Amino acid sequence: MSATAAAQASGEPMIKLTKLNKWYGDFHVLKNIDFEVRKGEKIVVCGPSGSGKSTMIRCINRLEEHQQGTLVVDGIELTNDLKNIEAIRREVGMVFQHFNLFPHLTVLENLTLAPIWVRKVPKAEAEETAMFYLKRVRIPEQAHKYPGQLSGGQQQRVAIARSLCMKPKIMLFDEPTSALDPEMVKEVLDTMVELAREGMTMICVTHEMGFAKAVADRVVFMDKGEIVESNVPHAFFDNPQNERTKLFLSQILNH
Amino acid sequence: MAGIPATADLRPPVSQIKALDWLRANLFSSWANTALTLVVGYVIVRTLMGFIPWGVFNAVWTGSADECKAAKGVGACWAFFPANWRFILFATFPYEEHWRPALASVTFVFLYVFSAIRANWNARLVYVWAGGLALIGVLMFGGVFGLSFVATERWGGLVLTLILATFGIALAFPLAILLALGRRSHMPAVKTLCVAFIELIRGVPLISVLFMASVMFPLFLPEGVTFDKLLRAQVGIIFFASAYLAEVVRGGLQALPKGQYEAADALGLSYWQAMRMIVLPQALRMVIPPMVNTFIGLFKDTSLVLIIGLLDVLNAAKTAAAQPEWRGYGPEVYFGISLMYFVFCFAMSKYSQQVEVEFNRHKHR
Ligand SMILES: Nc1ncnc2c1ncn2[C@@H]1O[C@H](COP(=O)(O)OP(=O)(O)OP(=O)(O)O)[C@@H](O)[C@H]1O
Ligand SMILES: [Mg+2]
Repeated sequence: MSATAAAQASGEPMIKLTKLNKWYGDFHVLKNIDFEVRKGEKIVVCGPSGSGKSTMIRCINRLEEHQQGTLVVDGIELTNDLKNIEAIRREVGMVFQHFNLFPHLTVLENLTLAPIWVRKVPKAEAEETAMFYLKRVRIPEQAHKYPGQLSGGQQQRVAIARSLCMKPKIMLFDEPTSALDPEMVKEVLDTMVELAREGMTMICVTHEMGFAKAVADRVVFMDKGEIVESNVPHAFFDNPQNERTKLFLSQILNH
Repeated sequence: MAGIPATADLRPPVSQIKALDWLRANLFSSWANTALTLVVGYVIVRTLMGFIPWGVFNAVWTGSADECKAAKGVGACWAFFPANWRFILFATFPYEEHWRPALASVTFVFLYVFSAIRANWNARLVYVWAGGLALIGVLMFGGVFGLSFVATERWGGLVLTLILATFGIALAFPLAILLALGRRSHMPAVKTLCVAFIELIRGVPLISVLFMASVMFPLFLPEGVTFDKLLRAQVGIIFFASAYLAEVVRGGLQALPKGQYEAADALGLSYWQAMRMIVLPQALRMVIPPMVNTFIGLFKDTSLVLIIGLLDVLNAAKTAAAQPEWRGYGPEVYFGISLMYFVFCFAMSKYSQQVEVEFNRHKHR
């Protein structure tokens, strides 16, 4: 699996973090992060709570601002220039732990809003694309409902479809299944696996180790704001190098 | 679906509580409740026993001031209203031209009712308002189409109240949204300006805002530049209401989960797109009740323009009640005018409840 996935991942870097540092006040959340993601690569990020996983991926689409180092996405360097930020956000989709669908809009409106207003796609075309992706996540019949009328798993699949409607080059997932009831985790993971198979560049913060083994090209372990270890899945799980990684893996695999 | 038996279409039982059961359940459910019911009932009955003979049976409904004088102390003088209605409604507007403010008031009411109907919420509404306000402007000012010109100093009565309230609400609302957004802005200059404006205006009574607008503001203007007293009062009311409303709107902005802002950002929406399509529609819905509260307050506060010598409907009535032959009917005058205010405010309140239900329909499964 990882051999074919590695072949999919061509040489060009899509995301490159160099000596990235971030502080919340005096608190050093991200410490000298060096991290590169090539086109088509799937990265799973794991680590204890508070280790800075969310903060790191939120820096990539500027939901959080870094203070030192450089961050280049798809050849565009993230600076305070609003133009660059908007350009990067158009190319980077994000799926949140709590879905963050717009409750006052129908599912279809949730999906077409950004394509229409940001990408300037005509409404009919945007709706067609939306229906295409709703079919992909297997809930086309919910198009005219409001998010509040759907189950958690369905809402998260709508959220994934909403990001895909922008035709992003990169997808970021921040614990997409951890707010879901156990029986709904699988339907969301299946959607993500499918997406991975199609060659999307993905960074997923998740503790679903089955997912990591199935699709990840690399698993990255973070602790206390640092990348402690980064390896291909089988080496990462079978032969972790760092003590902290070993401790973390023993904790999450033993229950 | 297959496993569900045919009884699936059973409805929840319709409750058939009879009037007597209702009384027992709501008014006499315990000894304490029964005692309270009796005490409150006694107070209501005593009040009505005092009011009804005075306000209904012995009241003078039509006629002259002399007939009222004869009934003084025994019956109410409702005849005050038919005798003085033109002054109350139109105040000092030229007598022969009273049809103009009358038509203007009717136009206002038409605009309210028209706008209240949801089917009319489309682009045409803008034209209807533009047309309606143009008509009102022509009627009130005159000077065209053979109508004589009437300066704003002579405007008064109901139409003045409606003008001040309508423009007050219509302009304070967008200003309040800008102030609320500005107060949460990351740009220090914008933020400071908005905070200063809101706190300054909120920190003083409306009366002093109006007084400053009318007396002090002209002192800062260059020699020879004047601008209308009514306009100054209107601006004062707009500023005052917008400062209050801004804080109401800010409450809504803060109550919205952070995830909504983040999702809008992550999708690449610009600041104004996110505000217009994601944030404000949700934030404003959440604050409909306190917003309407402020609107109602503004509607009633318009009567404070008395301080700068404008005669709105309440002050026109008070002026009419100061005529020698009509002196001493304060209770009747205030009762009647209160009733009129109540009709407007109650309509606003009821309508807002309906809008709230409609807007929050998506929340219900
Ligand atoms: N806005 C903020 N202000 C101050 N501190 C913050 C802020 N956001 C996060 N932090 C802190 O930064 C650290 C990293 O947070 P982050 O959300 O990135 O952790 P995480 O690895 O995603 O954890 P989890 O698994 O719980 O989601 C935590 O200690 C957190 O308390
Ligand atoms: Mg997190």
